[in-house]
Amino acid sequence: MLERTRAIVADIFEVPLEQVLPESSPDTIETWDSLRHLNLVLALEQEFGIQFSPEEIEQLLSVELIVALLAEKIVLVESASA
Amino acid sequence: MSPSSNLRKEIDQHLAAQNREAALSGLRRFWSSESGPAAAGYVISCCEKLRPFLRPTPYKVAILRSFTLEPVTPLLRAAAFLAGIDITVQLSGFDTYVQQMLDPDSDLYAFQPHAVILAVQTRDLFPELWDTYTDLSRDEQRASLNNIGTLAEWVRIFRSRSAASLIIHNFEKPATPSAGLLDAQGGDSQSALIEELNQRLRGLAADLPGVHILDYEALASRSGRDNWHDERKWLTMRMPIAADKLSAMAQEWLRFLHPLCGRIGKVLVTDLDNTLWGGVIGEDGMDGIKLGREYPGAFHHALQRVLLDLHNRGILLAIASKNNEADAMQAIEGHPEMLLRERHFAARQIHWESKVDSLRRIAEELNVGLDSLVFLDDNPVERENVRLALPEVTVIDLPPDSMGYAKAVRNCPFFERLSSSEEDRKRGILYAEQRQRKDLEQTVTSVEDYYYSLNQRVELAKVTKQTLDRAAQLLKKTNQFNLTTRRHSEADIARFAADPDWDVYLARVTDRFGDNGITGVCITHRVGAVCEIDTFLLSCRVIGRTVETAILHFIAEHNRAKGVSQLDGWFLPTPKNQPAESFYASHKFIEKSRTDSGTLWSIDLRESSINCPPWIQLSMEQNAEKSECAYA
Repeated sequence: MLERTRAIVADIFEVPLEQVLPESSPDTIETWDSLRHLNLVLALEQEFGIQFSPEEIEQLLSVELIVALLAEKIVLVESASA
Repeated sequence: MSPSSNLRKEIDQHLAAQNREAALSGLRRFWSSESGPAAAGYVISCCEKLRPFLRPTPYKVAILRSFTLEPVTPLLRAAAFLAGIDITVQLSGFDTYVQQMLDPDSDLYAFQPHAVILAVQTRDLFPELWDTYTDLSRDEQRASLNNIGTLAEWVRIFRSRSAASLIIHNFEKPATPSAGLLDAQGGDSQSALIEELNQRLRGLAADLPGVHILDYEALASRSGRDNWHDERKWLTMRMPIAADKLSAMAQEWLRFLHPLCGRIGKVLVTDLDNTLWGGVIGEDGMDGIKLGREYPGAFHHALQRVLLDLHNRGILLAIASKNNEADAMQAIEGHPEMLLRERHFAARQIHWESKVDSLRRIAEELNVGLDSLVFLDDNPVERENVRLALPEVTVIDLPPDSMGYAKAVRNCPFFERLSSSEEDRKRGILYAEQRQRKDLEQTVTSVEDYYYSLNQRVELAKVTKQTLDRAAQLLKKTNQFNLTTRRHSEADIARFAADPDWDVYLARVTDRFGDNGITGVCITHRVGAVCEIDTFLLSCRVIGRTVETAILHFIAEHNRAKGVSQLDGWFLPTPKNQPAESFYASHKFIEKSRTDSGTLWSIDLRESSINCPPWIQLSMEQNAEKSECAYA
């Protein structure tokens, strides 16, 4: 999940994959502004087939945090469908 | 590993090895299979690397909006980049569209966009026809339509301050009307009033130059209203359009930007076997090929219908087919179900040589650049060959199943036009006459004999409201005999026409073979005793027949009569306008100065004059002087 997230972050913010680390955030990636944050949200929703709430969207502020939240949500989705 | 990630690897390798045609072709395939926000970011990064090779047309678009459209921006940029347009987007703040249009110092005007998109919703501008509809009386409901007057006022103010093209989203109907089933019964209803609103909006656009309507209502219904909208995204982030429909929004905008920035196809070059009909004529014979109103010939019949529509709209059709010409022509002329016949094709290359050569020859024969050609072929190998050898040619991506062919051609944005002038409709016929003219050229002995034999008449007239769209179209499309290649918009030209220091003259050329229509434009600007030729162009149909000399003679004499003593003009070279390079030198102009962008030429009218060629009959429309106030 980390790798898929890193790849999306690299595409959305148009930076090389090597530069995207678990701790990458709006502070370390210059193009990660509020405008593109929305694009990131849509790309993650599309890739993982989930929906974020407005509160969650505000928390998605580093690669690590995204991966942690995704792990949580995807477990929920899977247990709900099981 | 998914097919698209394999494709990405392939593209990255091509980019690293500088195989630019292959990388571009891969990117186009990638984008047609995946068009989400992440894919857009990837495509944009790659296109940036290909920029010196792509040489995209720069274009600035401002989007005035009342809802979240941020995620559409990268989708638009990626799709446009692959079509050769480099778009810079300015997205206005939420709900600031009114201030942006009214305030002359706003960001909008400072940005100097080429095009402006006004994306507002029914619920923002006409809440009476949306949320509060059932609260109101019949009269109040109907009266709310008059608020369109306010919108009209904003648009007029915008028009007076900017020459940019304006694209207005029209108003959508609610998925479920407030009155339920009653809405569809009798008289005024919510849906009917919104239809009327859109009718009025259409009238508004028709009255103002450079204002166009985007049929947002039809766009939403094409996808299905329930799929188009995402209520959750609307309520949480003010984004009414579902995430997977954002690329359809971008594509719809792009359809407008193609004709606005001149990225258009003028000729559709089609294959025959398994494209215009099912099967192979050389093997299956006329009785064996599949073509007709019933399955399986119906798909090919439907494709022919689309091509005939394009022909009727002035797009030229041509054939590039590997076949015995006699077999192919027998089917075209003899098959009872053919909609397209020999007369519909302006050029044909039917033989066993490569399609790349055929495309080159067609471009040459029809006097258009390779970038004016759009190639249609069911065979992916032929398509890829053309993509790699002739990256300027637009190649339509066809689905594997022939059922999808007609739709793929209908959706090709290169055939979109924003004005349908009479000229366009007649163009197909004009080219047939041109062929006869070429034949004549070969039978006369001296070139002067040829000129005399043409019996040419050049009629000059000032631009009028009726001819404005044709003038704008010529400015947009003419690449070869074009001295400055300035792409003034329809609104710019209207402004010049209204200014007493500017003249916009159009030339209509007729000859013994028929009417070539309006085929020349000259825009001049007088400052005191000096007149500068801002734009001088001729359609390729009338190049090489001394028409330009006749027009220049008229311009010189017309200005001399107005007290002008010096006529100036720039030649600004482009990769394509070589045919116009020696124009000024061959008319006794003297080089005055030279910059990186071009050469300024000048002629002293007190000492020299330009004679009209004796074989051309020159006339000026009677009311040319009086029509000065056509725009007042």
